[in-house]
Amino acid sequence: MTTPTATEEEQRKDAPTGVRQTLRAGLQQFLAFASLLVIFVFFSVLSPNFFNYGNITNILFSTVVIGTLALGTTFVIITGGIDLSIGTGMALCAVMSGVLIVNAGVPLPLGVLGVLLFGGLIGLVNGLNVAVLGLPPFIATLAMMLVAQGLALVVSNSTPIYFDQTPGYIEISIGSIIPGANFPNAVIILAVAAVIAGVLLNKTVLGRYTYSIGSNEDATALSGIDVRRWKIVIYTLAGLFTGLAGVMISARLGSAQPATGMGYELQAIAAVVIGGTSLSGGKGSIVGTVIGALIISVLNNGLQIMSIPQEWQNVILGCVILLAVYADRARKSTTA
Amino acid sequence: MTGTLLLEARGVGKSFPGVRALQDMHIELRHGEVLALVGENGAGKSTLMKLLSGIYTPDEGEFFLEGEPLRVSGPRDALEQGISIIHQEFNLMPDLTVAQNLFIGREPRAGRVFLGERALEARAAELLERLHLPLKPRQRVGDLTVAKQQMVEIAKALSYEPRILIMDEPTAALNDAEVQVLHDLIRRFRRPDTGVIYISHRMDELKAITDRITVIRDGRYIDTLDTATTSMREVISRMVGREIAGGLGPEGVRADRPVVLSVRDLSTKELLKDVSFELREGEILGFAGLMGAGRTEVARAIVGADPVESGTIELRGEPVHITSPAEAARHRIGYLSEDRKHLGLLLEQDVNANIGLSSIRERFQQWGFVRDRAMRARSREVVESLRIRTPSVDQTAKFLSGGNQQKVVIAKWLVKDCDVLIFDEPTRGIDVGAKEEIYRLLNDLAAQGKSIIMISSELPEVLRMSHRVVVMSEGRVTGQLDAAEATQESVMHLATLRPETEAVQ
Repeated sequence: MTTPTATEEEQRKDAPTGVRQTLRAGLQQFLAFASLLVIFVFFSVLSPNFFNYGNITNILFSTVVIGTLALGTTFVIITGGIDLSIGTGMALCAVMSGVLIVNAGVPLPLGVLGVLLFGGLIGLVNGLNVAVLGLPPFIATLAMMLVAQGLALVVSNSTPIYFDQTPGYIEISIGSIIPGANFPNAVIILAVAAVIAGVLLNKTVLGRYTYSIGSNEDATALSGIDVRRWKIVIYTLAGLFTGLAGVMISARLGSAQPATGMGYELQAIAAVVIGGTSLSGGKGSIVGTVIGALIISVLNNGLQIMSIPQEWQNVILGCVILLAVYADRARKSTTA
Repeated sequence: MTGTLLLEARGVGKSFPGVRALQDMHIELRHGEVLALVGENGAGKSTLMKLLSGIYTPDEGEFFLEGEPLRVSGPRDALEQGISIIHQEFNLMPDLTVAQNLFIGREPRAGRVFLGERALEARAAELLERLHLPLKPRQRVGDLTVAKQQMVEIAKALSYEPRILIMDEPTAALNDAEVQVLHDLIRRFRRPDTGVIYISHRMDELKAITDRITVIRDGRYIDTLDTATTSMREVISRMVGREIAGGLGPEGVRADRPVVLSVRDLSTKELLKDVSFELREGEILGFAGLMGAGRTEVARAIVGADPVESGTIELRGEPVHITSPAEAARHRIGYLSEDRKHLGLLLEQDVNANIGLSSIRERFQQWGFVRDRAMRARSREVVESLRIRTPSVDQTAKFLSGGNQQKVVIAKWLVKDCDVLIFDEPTRGIDVGAKEEIYRLLNDLAAQGKSIIMISSELPEVLRMSHRVVVMSEGRVTGQLDAAEATQESVMHLATLRPETEAVQ
C-alpha cells in the first residue's frame, strides 16, 4: 500500500530520531548517575575516611532496607499510585518473622518465605482496597499504615523479639557468602532484588501494563486490559518487597522492633523520586530508584563522617529532593 | 496597501529541530471578513495560531495589525492587542460555574481581598444576554453539554471585545443546530472593524459562513479562493495536492451474511431504553443522532464500560454477558473512543507501546516476558500499511497529528484482530485527506469480513459509509434505514423524533 517515496521518507527520518531518543533516555540515567558520582567525589576529597572498602561497604549495607522498599514502591508510583504502608508494614513483617521463627520455631527458609508471603498479603489488601473498592491509594495505604503499626505492637505485646537463638537468621543480612571478603549478604540480596525488579518492569507484560496504567488508566481499560486485576498484582508485588525489607531489617538488627517503621516509607518514596520516577505516573525506572537510594545513603554517610548533625542532614536531604525533581523538570522542558 | 488589511502575515517562517513547520506564510485578513484557514493536519495551522498568541515567536517574516508591525509576547498580550483565540481543546475549569469561568483571572473584587460574587454573576448575565446565549451564570461548567461548554469558551473570548477572533475547529463537537447558533454569533460579531479567522474541516460550513478560503499545505501558503465562486472539490484538491476520488456509496451487504452481533432491548439506568439492532458480517452500521442521543452510551454498554440494566447481547448466536472492556476484548470486540486523548491513547508512550497494548498478552509474550522484537516488527508493519506518518515507532504518541493518532488507535485494534469494531466519531478533528484514508480503511476492514459500528455526528459521513443506518433520539432507537432509504432528511427526521411522538405514530 505504501508508495516508495513514503518508505524512503520514513527510513530517512527513522535513523536520527531513534538515536536521539535512545540518547535522551540514556541522558536521564546518566544525569542521576553523574550526580551520585559528584557527591561521591565531593566527600572523598573532603574526608579521608570516606573512600575506603570498609566505608563503601557500609554505605551499600545501609542502602539495603530503604532500597528494598523503594524497589517495590517504584511499581506502585509508576501506576500513578502511592503506598504509605510500606514502612510500618515492614515493621509488622519483622514482627511476624520473630513470631514464626523465634516463637513458633518454624524452620528458617520456611519462615522467611512465610514473611514474604505475609508482606504480599498486606499488599494484596491494599490492592483490593484500591482496585475493587476504588479508594484513593493515599487513603487506602494511609489506613494500612496505621493498621500495620498497631498490629505490630499487638502481635508482639509491644516488646522486641530477639533472634539470639537463631544465628542463621542474622547471617542472612550480615553474613558473607563470599569467603573472606567480609561483604554483607544483604547487599547481594538487594542487588538480586533490583535485577528481578528491573526485569519485571522492563521485560514483562506486568511492567508494560504498569507504565500503561500510569500513562492513561482509562485508555488502558478500554484497550481491553483488566486494570483492576493488574493493580492488585502490582500492590501485592510491592507487598512482597515490604516482606523482604522486614526480613532484612530484623536480620540486620538481630531483633524485630515493633515500634519502628514509621518514616521509612517517605525515605523510600524520596529515593524513587530522586531517581526520576514521576509521582503522576507513567514514567520511572529501577536503575533510577537504585541510584536514588544510593544518593540518600551516600549523603547520610558522608555528612555523618563530616560530623554534621542529624538535623542538618535532613535539611540537606530535603534540598536534594527539591533539586533532583527540579532538574528533572528543567531537563524535560528543554527536550520537549 | 497594507493599511487596508486588518491582519497580515508576510513571509512568516518557523522551524523546530528537524522540522520546518512554516515557511514564507502569507495571510491577509480584510476588515469585516470571515477568512477560512484550511489545511491538512500538520499543515501548520496550529503553529500559526501559536505564533499569533505569542507562544512561539517567528524565525522570519512579520505580522501586521492595521498595517503596524505586530509583536505578541504571550496569550495575555494577544488579548490586550485585540486578538482572541478559541482553541480546539477547551480551557475551562469543570468545577467552576459559567460566570467564574468567564471572568477567570479578572474577577471583580469586593473590597480589596474578597471576590465580588454578585458583581461577577451580574456581569456574566449581562454578557450572556448580549450574546443571546442560553446559559446561566451559576451553572457548573462540568455539567454542561460539550456544545454549551463551547459557548462558554466563545463568550469568554468575546468578553475581551477582540478585533480579531480566531477559532480552531469550533464545530468539531457540535451538531447541526448548534452549528447554526455558533454561526449566528459569528455574524453578529462581524463588524466593519473586526475579522474572523475560522479553521474548520467541515467543508459545508465554509460555504455557509466564510468569505474567502486560504489553503495551506506542508507549512506553505498555497492559495486564497473566494468562497462564493469556488467548489469544495477545488479546495480539497489544493489542500491535499491531488484529486480525491469521489465519495462512492457503500455496496450493499447481502442479507444472507450471518448476524455477528445482536443487541436486544438494551437499557441502562441513565439513558438507554430498549435499544435493539443487529450487526452482520462485513457490514458498516452507521449510528446517527444528535448529541446526547445515546450512541456513545450504546457502545460503552456493549463493551461493558458502563453497567447495563437489562437486555441481551448475542455474539454469533451465543448469549454473552460482558461486564468489562477486558471481557469485550476477549470476545474480540474493540471500542475506539471518541475521546482519543483521554480514552484512546497513552500520549506519553511511544507508538509501539500504543499499538501493542491490547494484544501483548495474546501475541507478544512468552512466560510473561514481552517479545519486544516481534511486537516492534508488527507495529512497523501496521504503521506502514496504515500510512501512519511518524518518524519511527519510537515516537511519543503526543507528537503525532490528530489523524495519525487516530490511526494509531485503529492500528491497536487491527493488531488485536477484532471481529467487531466500534468506531466512535472516527474522523473527529482530523483533516480531509486523513479522513479519506480512514474511510478507505473502514471499507477495507468491512470487505475483509469485519463488522463495524460507526458512530458519527457528520451526516454526510454516515450516509456515505454505512450499509445501514440506526438512528437514535433520547436514548431510543427511532429508526433503522437501508443505505437506499437513508437521506439527510429521513435521518434528521428520525433523529429529532421525540419518544412521545414516536409512541403516537
